[in-house]
Amino acid sequence: MLRRPASGTVTLQVDGQAVTAREGDSIAVALLANGFTVTRATAISGSARGPYCLMGACFDCLAIVDGQPSVQTCMTPVRDGMRIERQGGARRR
Amino acid sequence: MTTDLVIVGAGPAGLSAATEAAAQGLSVVLLDENDGPGGRIWQALESRGAMNAEDAAALTVIRQFRACGAAAHWGATVWAIEPDGTVFWSRQGAAHATRSRYVLLATGATERPLPVAGWTLPGVMTVGAAQIALKTGGLVPDANTWIAGQGPLLLLYTVQALRAGGRIGGILDLSDPAARWRAGRHLPAAALRFGGDLWKGLRWRQEIRRAGIQWLRASDLRADGDGRLQRIRFRTAGGMREEAADLLLLHDGVIPSMQIPRAVGCPQEWNHAQHCWQPVTDPWGATSIPGMFVAGDGGGIRGAEAARASGRIATLGIAHACGKISARTRDEAAASPRATLARLASLRGFLDHLYPPLPIRLKDATLVCRCEEVSAGQIRRAATLGCRGLNQLKAYTRCGMGPCQGRMCGTTAAEVLAEVHGVPVGEVEPFRARFPTKPLVVGELAALEQMAEHG
Repeated sequence: MLRRPASGTVTLQVDGQAVTAREGDSIAVALLANGFTVTRATAISGSARGPYCLMGACFDCLAIVDGQPSVQTCMTPVRDGMRIERQGGARRR
Repeated sequence: MTTDLVIVGAGPAGLSAATEAAAQGLSVVLLDENDGPGGRIWQALESRGAMNAEDAAALTVIRQFRACGAAAHWGATVWAIEPDGTVFWSRQGAAHATRSRYVLLATGATERPLPVAGWTLPGVMTVGAAQIALKTGGLVPDANTWIAGQGPLLLLYTVQALRAGGRIGGILDLSDPAARWRAGRHLPAAALRFGGDLWKGLRWRQEIRRAGIQWLRASDLRADGDGRLQRIRFRTAGGMREEAADLLLLHDGVIPSMQIPRAVGCPQEWNHAQHCWQPVTDPWGATSIPGMFVAGDGGGIRGAEAARASGRIATLGIAHACGKISARTRDEAAASPRATLARLASLRGFLDHLYPPLPIRLKDATLVCRCEEVSAGQIRRAATLGCRGLNQLKAYTRCGMGPCQGRMCGTTAAEVLAEVHGVPVGEVEPFRARFPTKPLVVGELAALEQMAEHG
């Protein structure tokens, strides 16, 4: 896993759970820093997916951000108070 | 208002181009999807600070750009470019249109996809992704991390991660031993001019060895787990092996990012040495589309120093086309960056031969298209039914029709079709790309329409 010792000053809600992030993190990096590797379940088979390329190319890190679905979390900077929900079908957790 | 030049991408090529263009008196708008200058290679360098002489030189390029007066928009995703030079882009859900006389595409490279069985599991990422997490967020890997593939970035990231306090379970070298011998032919020319760079690669290897990281020659790698990565399996000289892993980082070099050049309609050519497509340009980076130029790794992989040189060269070409400088001034100013490109060519030849793309031996069940979940077996079946090109493959299988628009599957799907038909992969028709090259919501388009009517 990827890890980061120090926590930041930005607070996010991930599926209702409060986690901290650093100013300048993308949402995807903040999720990984907090041990979340799954961001969505695919529409086709419902299998779990998470950040893969972190540079806006693969579209696997899509999640619901402040109610907006299919946001590329690797290309979206964190903001204090952001609500992130993992999106998808049957296997959403 | 029409600006002289829109530059897409703020990596080494785009930054050098913007600084040069401002110096030549051109009005410039620089657009980049990231939240600051540097592209991927110099990402977040301003906030991280220079750690060595190379970083310091890069920071100088960034500072020169900051001081040059060019307009820049960060977090700006370009999604369409019209033939008349209108560039459409979005930032934070709001769409914008910028009219320009010339467009310079400096959109850089993406990692060549390395599909192994189970590569869609959460916990499998690219080496480039882990490096972005390190550069932007200071994230480091722990001991349950394995790195697999080949290439300079794999070595560089490993060293960077170790120096930052990270740990790594082991490295799986998937490279072809025969390539080493073929590359040896290019070694004398490269060593003569680039002793320092080659030495750097050897020093990285040594640093990894000293840190006690296992380095295994391997093949038949697969990622396994229930809903996330839990273990990897691979073949070594001693037989099949299994290791616990919750992070697997894959890498097989980089290739030009072709989405925008293709959507614009730039003619493209197969680069036989680098096994990838690249836009066709003249010596100034001009494509055959009027007003459309390409610079940096997006025009063929040559690295950051060459990208800076090609950014300057393209800008000089544009300044001349704009009537700002004479052909003679242009040619004289381009002499130094052209000498840089010539000097770098021998190192690139060596690297191209040392790291040819890894041989792809996909099992039928392995997914090629991550978005539409199309397997190698489905593509092979389509091929035996008569499918010969990637655009036809969309109709057969939906491969390449998901949100990534073929970015992740294009190179692999072409390899599979080539394998079945027994033709060189460069003869397989690549995906067409169409605007919008990034998805946008209808509201963004509607707001743009209102803006056009009222403003």
